[in-house]
Amino acid sequence: MSNAFDLIVIGSGPGGYVTAIRAAQLGMKVAIVERDRLGGICLNWGCIPTKALLRSAEVYRNFKHADEFGLSVEGVKFDPAAVVKRSRGVAGRMEKGVQFLMKKNKISVIEGEARLEKGAAAPKVIVKSKDGKEASYEAKHVILATGARAREIPAAGLKSDGKKIWTYRDAMAPPEWPESLLVFGSGAIGIEFASFYAAFGVKVTVVELLDRVLPVEDEEISAFAKKRFEKEGLKILTSTEAKSLKATANGVEAVIALKGKEETLTASHAIVAVGITGNIENLGLETLGVKTDRGHLVTDGYGKTNVAGLYAIGDVTGAPWLAHKASHEGIICVEAIAGQKPHAMIKERIAGCTYSHPQVASVGLTEAKAKAAGREVRVGRFPFVGNGKAIALGEDQGMVKVVFDAKTGELLGAHMVGAEVTELIQGYVVAMNAEVTEQELMETVFPHPTLSEMMHEAVLDAYGRVLHV
Amino acid sequence: MTTQITMPALSPTMEEGNLTKWHVKAGDSVEPGQVIAEIETDKATMEVEAVDEGVIAEILVAEGTQGVKVNTPIATLAGEGEAAKPATKQETKPQAAPTQAKPQPEQPSSARAPAKQTVAAEATPAGRVHASPLARRLAEQGGIDLAGLKGSGPNGRIVKADVEAAAKSPRAAQAAQQAPAQESRELTRQAPSAQAPMPHKSSEQQGIRAGSYDLVPLDLMRKTIAKRMTESFRDVPHFPLNIDIEIDTLLKARAEINKRFGDKGVKISVNDMCIKAAALALKLVPEANASYTPDGIAVHHHADVAVAVAIPGGLITPIIWAAETKGLAQISHEMADLAERARTKKLKPEEFQGGTFSISNMGMMGIKSFASIINEPHGMIMSIGAGEKRPVVKNDALAIATMMSVTVTCDHRVVDGALGAAFLKAFRGFLEDPMAMLL
Repeated sequence: MSNAFDLIVIGSGPGGYVTAIRAAQLGMKVAIVERDRLGGICLNWGCIPTKALLRSAEVYRNFKHADEFGLSVEGVKFDPAAVVKRSRGVAGRMEKGVQFLMKKNKISVIEGEARLEKGAAAPKVIVKSKDGKEASYEAKHVILATGARAREIPAAGLKSDGKKIWTYRDAMAPPEWPESLLVFGSGAIGIEFASFYAAFGVKVTVVELLDRVLPVEDEEISAFAKKRFEKEGLKILTSTEAKSLKATANGVEAVIALKGKEETLTASHAIVAVGITGNIENLGLETLGVKTDRGHLVTDGYGKTNVAGLYAIGDVTGAPWLAHKASHEGIICVEAIAGQKPHAMIKERIAGCTYSHPQVASVGLTEAKAKAAGREVRVGRFPFVGNGKAIALGEDQGMVKVVFDAKTGELLGAHMVGAEVTELIQGYVVAMNAEVTEQELMETVFPHPTLSEMMHEAVLDAYGRVLHV
Repeated sequence: MTTQITMPALSPTMEEGNLTKWHVKAGDSVEPGQVIAEIETDKATMEVEAVDEGVIAEILVAEGTQGVKVNTPIATLAGEGEAAKPATKQETKPQAAPTQAKPQPEQPSSARAPAKQTVAAEATPAGRVHASPLARRLAEQGGIDLAGLKGSGPNGRIVKADVEAAAKSPRAAQAAQQAPAQESRELTRQAPSAQAPMPHKSSEQQGIRAGSYDLVPLDLMRKTIAKRMTESFRDVPHFPLNIDIEIDTLLKARAEINKRFGDKGVKISVNDMCIKAAALALKLVPEANASYTPDGIAVHHHADVAVAVAIPGGLITPIIWAAETKGLAQISHEMADLAERARTKKLKPEEFQGGTFSISNMGMMGIKSFASIINEPHGMIMSIGAGEKRPVVKNDALAIATMMSVTVTCDHRVVDGALGAAFLKAFRGFLEDPMAMLL
């Protein structure tokens, strides 16, 4: 293997490996550097294995409700180890899939930890492999796709100890099964784990600093979701600050402050999910003078950093911390490098999904944000109870909400909570990207019976034409 | 694969035209070069030919439609079983669309049939405006013409961002400025632009009583005259130079020529002689045969003399090309032909577009002296007054002579006073001594 490439991608998560494939398609000689497992956090410790865990939770929940469907199932039990084993197996398949894709696209995989040194056209990439040996590689372009990790707040004890106090990574393959859990942070990661463990009977308390769960979502959706989560057995404390967290002999102990009133909570374990921070350390960025801002790399709309030949994409460049954002950012970056003219990414058109029970999915502006941006809005809503398919599925709790610009009919945002909404949201994403207005959406014939009919109805509702309520 | 046939720009000044006649109907097969429609422009009626072969799929603009904007699709042409070809063309030559969008009479196809103009109907998405629904609505609400925008979306699709950018551009801002008509006048004057018409007050606002007049709609020629003359008078720094010329010798020579060669169909006018004299004077003072351009002064090789011909509803300026090389008989003959065809709107664009100098003669209407407005891009325009007997002083004694007052309006950016005077002096030399024109 020669040590000179057109492009070296550092990090093989969904940002990095997709970037490498696209670059190979464009005829570049590409290498990808990975210090752990191909596929990065997403495939190994994030998106995919958690979906495997949550699927187990869903099946288990359905078994418990079997009688509602006229089925009789007795002796339903679960084996935590087997649930986790399945999840690890799914992750393993993902890693193999990426290995295959790298090979198919003739992408050189370099195992080890990368750091950058001053180079000619682009920084040099020094890779230290597990056996401690270092090798130097050169490329015309270097893309950092090093991702992010759980943010920790050591001052408040919000820091993994790997035993009782976990981050997502420990929670994914727990060292022991918890009896009760304190989950700090009610973003997607916190809520998904809370939902997973609660499904298996763990007593879960969610502590959120802000005044509502899933704080990036529309307020109505947050409120709706909170009620459903509580129905599933979650205890939710909003506007609550974590003062301290520590491991004790029997478990964990946390001091929280709710409206100035301090209280002590105990549980067997805790999960810290108070945000994430970019992996920008030990890469030699300081020596190169790469510009960073609050733990993330600063780039232009096409991934360019302030250093010649150095680019960055994905979580390491900041919010939204989403795999699909990372992949797309990488594609745009590589196409721009190849001299194409890709369209700059419009972040407002990237959907976010939370795979809790019920699911939450959204794209664009919330009603409040649209109003804050000075837009005059038209809002439409439709409840799952008005949809035949939802009732047939036994999933009649949920809602679809759409926010239009009252003047132009632009679809500003769509927000959903309920069964399968993570699979539905892309309909609105396509609509937003194609820049359709309420008219085209109203004129579209949605198939019956599907949950997607609710997306139609919500649009009709915004214009006073809703049919099934 | 269907392609759009769009309203062609048959002259550089043409912005819209009237679709007077269709020679084909939906379902008809057409071949390249076949006349498919007739279009009336501000200057003339012209035939439109098909560029590609195919079948007329649909007539989009009905016969008799007035004021069809250039580049508006007027019909669709279905190709004959070769869907792949136009698509490939579009993919491999993304530059095709802009080239086609720039209306130029000198398109390659016109070489094949030089006498006629040709429709530029290529396989291009530019025929139909390719825009997102939201972009369309924003454009409609903002009064922005999508046809003038460049799309940044997939395959050149016009998206929201493009319309928003256009709304912020100075041109759109200026259009919006015109709404409060009262205050905008000063502003418009300070920032003149070819695009910005003067703010308009209705006749009633100007004190004319309602019902006391008839409103005659502006036809294309009137619009063109209004636009071009306004622009010229406003934007070209112009000044007149006046001279009196004794034409007794000229009249004698003319009478003799017409008498001697009348049976050969020769009937020279004073105007013909002025054309010839002006052309020769321009060759003697070539710096005056010039046009101002931002890149430099275009000094023309030939004296292409445009002559104003009054026609019903306006005027038109057909051109005697390279008049300095032509004899009086030929100039006279050409002029008669051009004037006749101008009156019947049968001139071809290449017969009235261009030129390096213009002449307007109002002598036959008894006008003694006048100064015309520059016909851009010409550097000068000559205004010829009536020849009349006047008392003149010759050798310190009062005498009678036939005198003619001639004015040239000069574009000061090209022709300074002394240069204009030198030209007039040369011109007078030829008129007062017509024999010199034979040299």
